[in-house]
Amino acid sequence: MRFMFKTDYEDDIRLFPHSGYLISYGSLLVLLVIAPFVLSSYIVSQLVFVCIYATVGVGLMIQTGFTGQASLGHAAFLAIGAYTAAYLQQFNVPFPLYFVAAGLLTGIIGALVGFPALRLQGIYLVIATISFALIVEEILARWESVTNGNEGMRVKTIQLLGTAVPRDSPTFYFLCLGVLILTIVGTLNLLRSPTGRAFVAIRDSETAARSMGVNVSLYKVKSFAISAAITGFAGCLFAHKLSFISPEMFTLQLSIEFIIVILIGGAFSLHGAVLGAIFIVMIDPFLTYLKDDVPGMIAGMAAALGAGSERAAHIQSNVAAFASANGLKGAIYGVIIVLFVLFEPLGLYGRWLKIKLFFQLFPLYKRATFKRQKIYVKSERNR
Amino acid sequence: MLDFVQQVVSGIALGCVYGLIALGFVLVYKATEVVNFAQGDLMMLGGFFAFTFIGLLGLNYWIGFAAAVISMALFGMLAERLVVRPILGYPQFSIIMATIGLGYFLRSVVGMIWGTDDFKIETPFSQGVVRIGSLVLAYDKLSVIAATIILCALLYVFFNRTMLGTAMRASSENMLAAYYMGIPVKRVVSIVWAISAAVATCAGVLLAPITFIHSNVGLVLGLKAFPAAVLGGFGSIPGAVVGGVLIGVIESMAGFYLAEGWKDVAPYVVLLIVLLLKPEGLFGLHMRKKV
Repeated sequence: MRFMFKTDYEDDIRLFPHSGYLISYGSLLVLLVIAPFVLSSYIVSQLVFVCIYATVGVGLMIQTGFTGQASLGHAAFLAIGAYTAAYLQQFNVPFPLYFVAAGLLTGIIGALVGFPALRLQGIYLVIATISFALIVEEILARWESVTNGNEGMRVKTIQLLGTAVPRDSPTFYFLCLGVLILTIVGTLNLLRSPTGRAFVAIRDSETAARSMGVNVSLYKVKSFAISAAITGFAGCLFAHKLSFISPEMFTLQLSIEFIIVILIGGAFSLHGAVLGAIFIVMIDPFLTYLKDDVPGMIAGMAAALGAGSERAAHIQSNVAAFASANGLKGAIYGVIIVLFVLFEPLGLYGRWLKIKLFFQLFPLYKRATFKRQKIYVKSERNR
Repeated sequence: MLDFVQQVVSGIALGCVYGLIALGFVLVYKATEVVNFAQGDLMMLGGFFAFTFIGLLGLNYWIGFAAAVISMALFGMLAERLVVRPILGYPQFSIIMATIGLGYFLRSVVGMIWGTDDFKIETPFSQGVVRIGSLVLAYDKLSVIAATIILCALLYVFFNRTMLGTAMRASSENMLAAYYMGIPVKRVVSIVWAISAAVATCAGVLLAPITFIHSNVGLVLGLKAFPAAVLGGFGSIPGAVVGGVLIGVIESMAGFYLAEGWKDVAPYVVLLIVLLLKPEGLFGLHMRKKV
């Protein structure tokens, strides 16, 4: 059992509260650095997607998790970042320049969206962000002189310092990893600054925050802008990773995936954004595995349990048909979301915290520690 | 001028479908403050139930319709029991996510069972038109409009004149107080879900002659019904239908008079403008905050 003894404010806001943090994050970093040289290229490619999704997750976490402003429109911000990059690239703008431009432009648009959203809350805000995303999707499909319409745009390989960075190279992976780490460190710094504390205050109670002198409108717009800008940076990388973008990639479905990232990871923590991104990206390899290997395994088990070979083959073909059914991914998504909301509302990171606390307090752990309060009165629900 | 009237009428018919879905949103919202993102998918499922009863089993249209409504009402209760009841009272965001998950699940399961093709239900309204002067009105559109008016009136009376309706409004205001006053809140909530699933089924069946039903129709129309419910103020039954009709008319006007592409976007543009000017919608109540 470790007791943290804090003597001043600097101790309280330190990024690495004790040496254990340095050791664990340091070893994680080492593992991530050697990963592309050890793992198969497919897994590394998935890791790149994890980095991109996690960056978006961090951005969304700032807005939804920390400021409490729900958004189902982040696919639109990702699209704006991606299209800005693709458009500027046509004019031979160097990568660092259009990378920054993608983030800045998306941030400005985020702020512009934030202003009208100031008056909205709860379900109205959710619907307004959905509307915004649908409108952006339509604009991308129709503004053909810039976006090339439904035919989509090709994105060329990154030219960085005179060398090409192909999208499956380890360098591209390091680029994405670097952006993710910078985003996380930047966000951690933001969260321990007055701005970050204002965000959290607004989430917990807008009225209380206002009466403590927080300029609610200003900070809400800031939160929208920062969140959008981070998503814009991720969008630039996303465009390069896919090497081709078209409007139907940035649908409501993608926005929902981003929300799932922070829901499954666990709202209110940056760890959650990364864990959720790992989860959502790794569903695809998992389903492929399900299609390829599981039918044979189940048939083998059936044969071991005494079923005839004909019957085993029958079972195998049935399971294979089920595993490759068209909508299976959607059904799994649906079940996972519902199960998480019902049984693990704090997400994967919440589960980790519970396990940690269980061992720290060993015989004294109480389940009720993490229980949420239920609110049955309308006027309180509508905060 | 004739074109204009024709467009308005078909807009109203389409809008009534939106209105019916929005009515489902509003019912659940009024009684439990839950926003059901799976409402469109309930409508889709209702349509498929009706298709199974009428198209595959060959039942009479009205019997099949009734069977679909009853089975969907039971399904609504089941969904409420499994997904919504355990999280009642939690933050709205959790509940929204749960219903989004439910919607995902319904869409893909329907796709797996019935396939992803388009289906059509034969109805007594599928053919035939009424002519008023040179104005041509199809039966299918008129049937949607008539059914919406009837359902809306029934629900309005139900909420404002019956004991159960009053109980629903009470449990919406304050579940705890309603419970103390002897209202069986859990049963009330489950009945609300049954009613809203039944209303959704009506929408699905009435829609069938106008467009085909397929596993994604709920998502597409549900997204249009949201602006309808918001325009109406998310909590007002007549508001939902008026909002739906407005959205339908705007959509068909935009499709007719504006450039291509506006048709799909116009409802959302109007929605954003309305939200900017009146954040609680056209018929919404302003809620005081308690600190």
